[in-house]
Amino acid sequence: MGPRGLGLLALLAALSPRSAAASGPALWPLPLSVRTTPRALHVSRENFSVSHDPGSSAGPSCALLQEAFRRYHGYIFNLDKSQRGPAKRNSAVELKQLLVSIVLDSECDLYPNVTSDESYSLVVKAPVAFLKANRVWGALRGLETFSQLIYQDSYGTFTINECNIIDSPRFPHRGILIDTARHFLPIKSILETLDAMAFNKFNVLHWHIVDDQSFPYQSVTFPELSNKGSYSLSHVYTPTDVHTVIEYARLRGIRVIPEFDSPGHTQSWGKGQKNLLTPCYNGHKQSETFGPINPILNSTYSFLSQLFKEVSAVFPDQFIHLGGDEVEFKCWESNPEIRDFMKWKGFGEDYKKLESFYVQKVLDIASTVNKGAIVWQEVFDDHVKLQPGTIVQVWKFQSYSEEQAQVTAAGFPVILSAPWYLDWISYGQDWKGYYKVDPLDFSGSPEQKKLVMGGEACLWGEYVDATNLTPRLWPRASAIGERLWSHSDVKDLEDAYNRLTVHRCRMVSRGIAAEPLYTGYCNH
Amino acid sequence: MAASGLWLPLLLAAALAGRAAALWPWPQYIQTSEAHYAIFPHDFQFRYHSSSAAQPGCSVLDEAFQRYRDLLFSSRAWYPPEPTRKLHALEKNSLVVLVVTPGCNQLPSLESLENYTLTINDDHCFLLSETVWGALRGLETFSQLVWRSPEGMFLINKTEIEDFPRFSHRGLLLDTSRHYLPLTTIMDTLDAMAYNKFNVFHWHLVDDSSFPYDSYTFPELTRKGSYNPATHIYTAQDVKMVIEYARLRGIRVLAEFDTPGHTLSWGPGVPGLLTPCYSGSHPSGTFGPVNPILNSTYEFMSSFFLEVSSVFPDFYLHLGGDEVDFTCWLLNIVSAYDKGYVVWQEVFDNKVKVRPDTIIQVWREEMPVHYVKEMELITKAGFRALLSAPWYLNHITYGPDWSEIYMVEPLEFKGSPQQKALVIGGEACMWGEYVDSTNLAPRLWPRAGAVAERLWSNKLVTNLDSAFKRLTQFRCELLRRGVQAQPLNVGYCEQEFEQT
Repeated sequence: MGPRGLGLLALLAALSPRSAAASGPALWPLPLSVRTTPRALHVSRENFSVSHDPGSSAGPSCALLQEAFRRYHGYIFNLDKSQRGPAKRNSAVELKQLLVSIVLDSECDLYPNVTSDESYSLVVKAPVAFLKANRVWGALRGLETFSQLIYQDSYGTFTINECNIIDSPRFPHRGILIDTARHFLPIKSILETLDAMAFNKFNVLHWHIVDDQSFPYQSVTFPELSNKGSYSLSHVYTPTDVHTVIEYARLRGIRVIPEFDSPGHTQSWGKGQKNLLTPCYNGHKQSETFGPINPILNSTYSFLSQLFKEVSAVFPDQFIHLGGDEVEFKCWESNPEIRDFMKWKGFGEDYKKLESFYVQKVLDIASTVNKGAIVWQEVFDDHVKLQPGTIVQVWKFQSYSEEQAQVTAAGFPVILSAPWYLDWISYGQDWKGYYKVDPLDFSGSPEQKKLVMGGEACLWGEYVDATNLTPRLWPRASAIGERLWSHSDVKDLEDAYNRLTVHRCRMVSRGIAAEPLYTGYCNH
Repeated sequence: MAASGLWLPLLLAAALAGRAAALWPWPQYIQTSEAHYAIFPHDFQFRYHSSSAAQPGCSVLDEAFQRYRDLLFSSRAWYPPEPTRKLHALEKNSLVVLVVTPGCNQLPSLESLENYTLTINDDHCFLLSETVWGALRGLETFSQLVWRSPEGMFLINKTEIEDFPRFSHRGLLLDTSRHYLPLTTIMDTLDAMAYNKFNVFHWHLVDDSSFPYDSYTFPELTRKGSYNPATHIYTAQDVKMVIEYARLRGIRVLAEFDTPGHTLSWGPGVPGLLTPCYSGSHPSGTFGPVNPILNSTYEFMSSFFLEVSSVFPDFYLHLGGDEVDFTCWLLNIVSAYDKGYVVWQEVFDNKVKVRPDTIIQVWREEMPVHYVKEMELITKAGFRALLSAPWYLNHITYGPDWSEIYMVEPLEFKGSPQQKALVIGGEACMWGEYVDSTNLAPRLWPRAGAVAERLWSNKLVTNLDSAFKRLTQFRCELLRRGVQAQPLNVGYCEQEFEQT
């Protein structure tokens, strides 16, 4: 970040205390610094516009911002279903315009990554408000905040208070995991989720796209994988579908990280790729069942190379998730060829060594195709040799803080998911538990804590599909969204409840069927 | 449609492909065979038998015929049949409906007979029922028997069904006070209830949180007690519409006005109604239940329940009832209006003197005793009982809880056959603290279906594997019919849910 950047402002923000948001508009997640005044400005649906500041490094050719301007205009004014707003009262001061200025090279046509600068500052005063950000990613975050500042007074007039906001996220990796293997999710459902993510400043879609139950990803290199492995030919994501998701996400500053989980969780892969999975044995006889991917065949690795070569081209993010969780050893143990291989390699009876052998080769494949790797914690726990920079996702609930300590002590970055398994539903206000988690609550040095990249709310799909995904995700995931964006001091549950109930109603008015937090109502 | 010579081979091919009709709830007696018949939408009609007491003009069945047409065949365009085409032996072009007892313009009641028989064989395609309500049940079953071959032909197997419900009160409770539920949500729920053969909509209209019922005697109740009197209310017109919508589906509307507790929202509109709480010697500003010591309370309740009794035509009213003395004279008021009443179990637990024909609803799982014991005590004292305790669907947990719901046996308590006969049924409850139209449907369906089958089907229908298979398929059918029913477990439906 150069001297023209917002570095100084960010420093000031770090020093200034959080303002009393309870008395101001309901912002979610709460920005780093909000200074609001009682001075109310009116906003006219007909006159108000969002435009590029002449000095901005981005202009009308920046499709990402053009789309965002249009979108946010709709979010702000479509709240009011009536044809015309009330006549402007002359005594009121009007906010005529929001000027958006990108300070550094906009990155408008690039894909976001983990180091993307999402900081912004917002100055709202008559007659022109200013949104300043180093990159378009900050502008997107700022537009969302701006849209949350506008409310309708009791006459229906769109109103905004003069205020000054400086904001940037606490953690750079703030993700949602969706599972399209246990249940197929129609594209519409995924796009709707991306919209809701943007309302909550999430910036990573972790797409657990295939698993045991089905293989909906249509591979150009290996079309039989989805032909035979999907639930049906209409339960498939074509290359166009995948591209649609990636671009829709990009326009919202959201990264799409695909997960092709192996060697376990791969039953569906074997339907379309013969000899990929390990045949299990009953004594000396082959049973009809299959286990994890067969780690001893060269054909396995040539298949994986080709598949990941394709995947790395289809998914532009720098990272790819390789899975590596819950590998069942029983089938490997039963297979005589594998037992021979174990002997030959000197692995003894330790099948974790065989697992490591496999995972290391897959990690090599990933780096051959120039992707960074994310893996589930078993890969670390089972002592696989990891390249520095490999990210470990901590998901097992028991002793997860210790796990974080161990992983970071070994020098690897961490994504936290363990306390945030949203598929584990229960009766009552469980959002509070998610909100109370602090991702840095483990024993470690400051250097270790810096290795926590952020976290992901996981919505596994065993009991979830398009009928219940949205109410199950929102607003519970919103609690996690604030935990990952806002300052660690933002902990007051009562204030959070007050803001989150308003934010939830806002999501509903924007077409997201977020469920209620508790008894009450929305004004529409 | 192609020349009739083509579809016969398709028909045979379908026979080999295997049938897949998911019946839910499972009928009392059913016999089917592999033999089956084709149905051509453009030809097919629901018809009244000439001897039927119900004839064209019977709104309940006229409407139902139209509804089931749409459910079965949607609005697909079909090639018109050749006008001179003879009916093939393996084709059914109508379901003939014979209702024995007239009563088309009446309301369903607790005593209504819902039995029916369906006969689909070479000679007949015939639905016989005692009443129009039984005919509705039979139509629903018929719609579940029709299936489609991979080529898209509508087929129905040779079938003989004799069916009737095990329990006559099979209800669903919705709470419109904790969260307002728009009319469309209520009507969607009534549709799904009909698919599951539920027959009572227990409408918990008002409570502490809000008073959305638009009272014409006391309009201030609504104006001051609703969340928003312009948008979050049920007008007299709305209530009428719900009652008629339900009636056309053979569903009774059991309204609940819970007193004397759960009445905070009544206070703002009727000053002096609620008991002012005291902090030492001064009023604290907060209120408790309805004030039982004032004459004005008595007058208010009298007038209010006069209105309620006339707005809600079902014989029964649910009075809630969490306290002893008050409930006693309230019950007197209500019986003076020629209504019967249903109350929550506290009224019985607290030994309130109630009329012997009171119905007691059991909702507490462990207190003061386990609900199974409670059922025993209530029926031993001679009262009719409704079971809800194990069926609180608002209590969600991770995983497939439908099976616990399904395996409840309402009559598993110790008692004589006479006692057991006093259990008139049960209700699945969806309290509204955490539920509104954003999440109601997936939380209700298909889990409530488990309650529906338990209350309709034979006591011996308890095989979980079979239930899982049928319920999974039935859930996909619910999706096809536009019900936002969530999945039971991993898997898929041919047509997945897409938000419209």
